[in-house]
Amino acid sequence: MSPVQIFRFALAGLAANKLRSALTTLGILIGVGSVILLVAVGNGSSQSVQNAISSLGANSITVLHTEGSAAGTSSTAAFAEPQNLTTADSQALAAAQGVASVSPVVSTSETLDNGASSNTASLTGTYPSYFAAEDDTLSAGAYFTTQEVNTAQDVVVLGSEAATDLFGTANPVGKSVLVAGIPFTVTGVLAAKGTSGLTSADDTAIAPLTTVQDALTGFGTLNDVVVLAKSATVVDTVEGEITSILDLRHHETSADADFEVLSASTLLSTASSTAHTFTVLLGAVAAISLLVGGIGITNIMLVTVTERTREIGIRKAIGATPGVILAQFLTEATLLSMIGGALGVLAGFIGTQFTIVGVKPVTVPLSIPLAFGVSALIGLFFGGFPANRAANMRPADALRYE
Amino acid sequence: MIRRQPRHAAGTPPATRPLPRAEQEPVIRLASVVKTYGTGEAVVHALRGVSLDVVERDYVAIMGASGSGKSTMMNIIGCLDVPTEGQFLIDGIDTSSLDEQQLAVLRNRKIGFVFQAFNLIPRMTALGNVELPLSYAGLKSADRRRRAEAALQLVGLFDRMNAQPKQLSGGQQQRVAVARALVTAPSLILADEPTGNLDTRASGDLMDVFDRLNAVGRTIVLITHEADVAAHAKRVIGVQDGRIVADRRVTEPRALPPLLGQGQPAVRS
Repeated sequence: MSPVQIFRFALAGLAANKLRSALTTLGILIGVGSVILLVAVGNGSSQSVQNAISSLGANSITVLHTEGSAAGTSSTAAFAEPQNLTTADSQALAAAQGVASVSPVVSTSETLDNGASSNTASLTGTYPSYFAAEDDTLSAGAYFTTQEVNTAQDVVVLGSEAATDLFGTANPVGKSVLVAGIPFTVTGVLAAKGTSGLTSADDTAIAPLTTVQDALTGFGTLNDVVVLAKSATVVDTVEGEITSILDLRHHETSADADFEVLSASTLLSTASSTAHTFTVLLGAVAAISLLVGGIGITNIMLVTVTERTREIGIRKAIGATPGVILAQFLTEATLLSMIGGALGVLAGFIGTQFTIVGVKPVTVPLSIPLAFGVSALIGLFFGGFPANRAANMRPADALRYE
Repeated sequence: MIRRQPRHAAGTPPATRPLPRAEQEPVIRLASVVKTYGTGEAVVHALRGVSLDVVERDYVAIMGASGSGKSTMMNIIGCLDVPTEGQFLIDGIDTSSLDEQQLAVLRNRKIGFVFQAFNLIPRMTALGNVELPLSYAGLKSADRRRRAEAALQLVGLFDRMNAQPKQLSGGQQQRVAVARALVTAPSLILADEPTGNLDTRASGDLMDVFDRLNAVGRTIVLITHEADVAAHAKRVIGVQDGRIVADRRVTEPRALPPLLGQGQPAVRS
């Protein structure tokens, strides 16, 4: 009995009940398709988060001001009072080894208005070194200068979205814009950076630190200090130095620190482990649907074997060995699951061409052979029980079956 | 392995002119065959010690009412089942110790079945059905086709070989089944109530086919309860309550079948 002949018999068996075969195939199709698609969605969202974080700049380190753990609790009086993060702190950090630049930052949210239209955007007050630390590039005009910071000029650099919201397609460079009612001159427009999560990095306005402190935020604490390390390899060392310098200046230990040091790499590792969990979870949900598809195959094959009991009896009477019958029904089950698997790969691949709830799916190449291979194994495994039942039928009984 | 009892003395080549059949080994031999089903209180004695030899070229009808044990005899002769006690030999091969795999091979090589319900495989052409035993025997496609076509020619259905069973009449289906039974050139054609689902005319046609097959040297065992059908045989055996109760020889095994040529001319040339 040649394998080709067994394959033909199996194909004829499937063709005998096309609708049933198609519906069984559909179960596997959905399972395999959703494994590929959902893993791609998980992977896609993980990559977009990673891109957003790495667009912050791989070498930049952010020192955030926090309230400190000791604030307001008398029982921990031994701890120092939390202090403001100041411009003096930022100057002290500039002296540390491996530091390329230090940009003190205050940020607030203000209304931008040019008389024709108005828009609420995030307003950042800082030094020009901030642009380099944030990997910003210009699409028009120029950055403001350190000189303009020192003399607290009313100048502003607009993010691309803020610029189009206010000026449309017109070039805003040199024009005036009211920030919280104060007229500022636009010196430049940033190139678009895209969204990072829910907030747009482009709906922003950046002005000199001194100007923003004078007019809007006052001279209290800085929101954060952006430190640019000389290279990615020294980021960890610089982080350590920053911590020890600020601990010393604020008379604190790390237990009650009133600041937090973050780098892109620490954010990245946190984000990617979260994204990985997300992907695994999606994959697991999809795998369950594949399992359900497999049980569908067992179910249908059991029905088929029962329905064709007499045929099995005839085949055995004229010389089919149990092995040949087993092979025929296993081939039928495996064909069902492999056809489903192939169509599922196709469906999953087509699905990944679309953006799903704001995520552009990125196919994990390994998921395709894996899902297809698993579907083939499902046919063998879930078809095994019904096929075995067919193979072990007693021919005399099978022939009597009505 | 199939154990085989020697048919000829070791080293002796098969005689070019066969010995008279009576001195040779029979095609099938049942030796004190007992078959019981179930155990304890519920035990059913289907066969209570049956001994029977059928020689080559014989044409035997086994008659009995339902429940007489003739179906069990058919299962044992057809290698679909093995005896509880006693021996069943086909072409000298003892079936009692064979497993399902070996029985399947034996059925394929030694026996051609014809059933009451035709038992063709639906959605498979007449040719496909006739080729099926040859597929299980492992023949190549071209050989299968050549032999299947010859078998269909023999039963007068060469022109309908691409028809599906449901497109054929009952009589035609049964003749396809006969073609399927003889295509492997088996030692024995075993027919279980072959005319049970056929009208008089189709029955006559079919019996004519059996008569001709026997006339050209096929050994046939028919199981029936119809006296008309049994009248075609050279030997009629009566079964009752699991025992042989009658054994009537009509003509010698090597003679022509008694009713040959008396039916309708079924085989179209």
